[in-house]
Amino acid sequence: MIYTEAFLSAVKAIWAHKMRSFLTMLGIIIGIFSVTVLISVAQGSTAAVTESIEGMGSNLISVFILDKRTTINERDIEDFENIEGVDLVSPYISANYTVRSGSNYVEGVETSGVEAEYQTIRDYEIEIGRFVSEIDNRKRLRVTVIGSVIANEIFGSAQGAIGKEVTVGGTKFDVIGVLKSEGTSFMGDLDKIALVPFSTAQRLMQNSEIRNLYISADSSDTVDLAKANIEEYLIELTDSNNDSDKEDAYFIFSQSEILESLEGVTGVMTAMLGGIAAISLLVGGIGIMNIMLVSVTERTREIGIQKAIGATRRDILTQFLIEAILVSGVGGIIGLGLAYASTGPLTNLMGSAIIIEPGIVFIAISFSLAVGIVFGIYPAIRASKLNPIEALRYE
Amino acid sequence: MKTIIDIKDMYKIYEMGSEKVHALDGIDIKIHEHEFVAIIGPSGSGKSTLMNMIGCLDTPTSGEYFLDGVNIAKYSENDLAHIRNSKIGFIFQQFNLFRRLSALENVEMPAKYMRVPREERKARAKKVLDLVGLSDRISHRPTELSGGQQQRVAIARSLVNNPPVVLADEPTGNLDSKSGEDIMNMIKQLHKQGSTVILITHDIDVANEADRMIKLRDGKITSDKKRGAK
Repeated sequence: MIYTEAFLSAVKAIWAHKMRSFLTMLGIIIGIFSVTVLISVAQGSTAAVTESIEGMGSNLISVFILDKRTTINERDIEDFENIEGVDLVSPYISANYTVRSGSNYVEGVETSGVEAEYQTIRDYEIEIGRFVSEIDNRKRLRVTVIGSVIANEIFGSAQGAIGKEVTVGGTKFDVIGVLKSEGTSFMGDLDKIALVPFSTAQRLMQNSEIRNLYISADSSDTVDLAKANIEEYLIELTDSNNDSDKEDAYFIFSQSEILESLEGVTGVMTAMLGGIAAISLLVGGIGIMNIMLVSVTERTREIGIQKAIGATRRDILTQFLIEAILVSGVGGIIGLGLAYASTGPLTNLMGSAIIIEPGIVFIAISFSLAVGIVFGIYPAIRASKLNPIEALRYE
Repeated sequence: MKTIIDIKDMYKIYEMGSEKVHALDGIDIKIHEHEFVAIIGPSGSGKSTLMNMIGCLDTPTSGEYFLDGVNIAKYSENDLAHIRNSKIGFIFQQFNLFRRLSALENVEMPAKYMRVPREERKARAKKVLDLVGLSDRISHRPTELSGGQQQRVAIARSLVNNPPVVLADEPTGNLDSKSGEDIMNMIKQLHKQGSTVILITHDIDVANEADRMIKLRDGKITSDKKRGAK
């Protein structure tokens, strides 16, 4: 039969059993809905995480010295700054303290000792006041730049915090600046931090060693070059102190590497979520197959008549297959529509934008059609192979 | 006159366990164009099997079947479907209409399978429905029609592709005598207008309406007489 004819008769057959067709469709609706929504949610949160990592500074390289016998001194830091591809270097030391002023306090504040370069390396913006300076470091001044959350919780506002005194781990510091809010990420509240001069922090934390460096490359193009050069230097540095296992002596990674590994992880997560949702699609497909088999049995006599008056196997096969594809295709479209409708509420719920990408739409539609074909083909073949004489005799 | 059906030494043997049942046991029939033939026999005589053979719904175990000059004994199922579509018009005891379709749509079906374009199909269907006197019922569904009217829709359907052979299987079997008479008159009318009509029945009164009667028993032809011949 011509395809439009088969299509029209499929619409009629589906319409003749509205309730049954809808319930069958429901399996596909739920399947496509959950596949679409889960993949979109996974992609949405991946995008959010990626954004927050990129916000940490796009050319960032982090170095950790793990070997206990190796330390970095101020000379090494100067050397690092002269390495080809490297722009800025800041030593880094950090511990958690309670920040207090009078009766107001914030617990578990990530307090970091940094140098002036750190602002550029990490792309920090100042809301009010200034950042830690070279002089602060040289003079070991007890000054601090605090995150917006701390300013708000203790002083009510950023303006109110400037020039005030806070105690960090029991030591008094003057607030010289407040950072612009960076929001929250999977790593926690990015604004719940206090930055102090590196030299001051060393004394506060009673730790004179430099084990952690934040380095920025000249540009995103020189990140790999800078990293390789730093690594060369680190091998030499750790080698002179220690002959043992070099690979464990230090740890270095760039922002792009974090992003890459993160993308790997979220890719697996997306595939897993999609896979779980696809199981419901599978169940929906089995539902279609089931109802199509029932339908073939019910219409056995009709198929017999069709064959007697000249329908070929292909005619019958086309008819039943189109019916199955129509049920799953319409189910897919409805499921997709529901998924679209749910993006608004989901975005509010998740806090990160949930967007259904065109690629997902394409996948969802092709999946629902494929389900129709895969699960419709067997009943259709069965219908097409019915013996006309026996089918005509069927009551 | 042209031979439209030529069956030669046809056997149909079913294996029931270890037993072989000869449903057709060496049948030879020649039917010419424009003939009106009744095939009569009690149940189990093989007349249903013979009807299935003539109607190309089944293939024989051995023997030849020339329909309109073509030997179709060894045709594939697909080819048989095309043959049924173009060469045979079926009229069944149970009417066998599609319940969900209107009279017009029912009549259109064989033309659909022949890929006749929509407009022409509709025109042809309307014409044959007019021929059976149902032009005022074309959008009725089978359930909205009497038995006699349903059978007339079926007759219209059998004619829509203008087949050389009309095959009627107990066409009056499910009808009251009045409607049965109407249908028989209509079939005779068909014959008069030039169709080759083959009637399968167990009812001698119905068979007597035909010009030629072939009697069947145990898969064999026991008599083959033209009306008037002794």
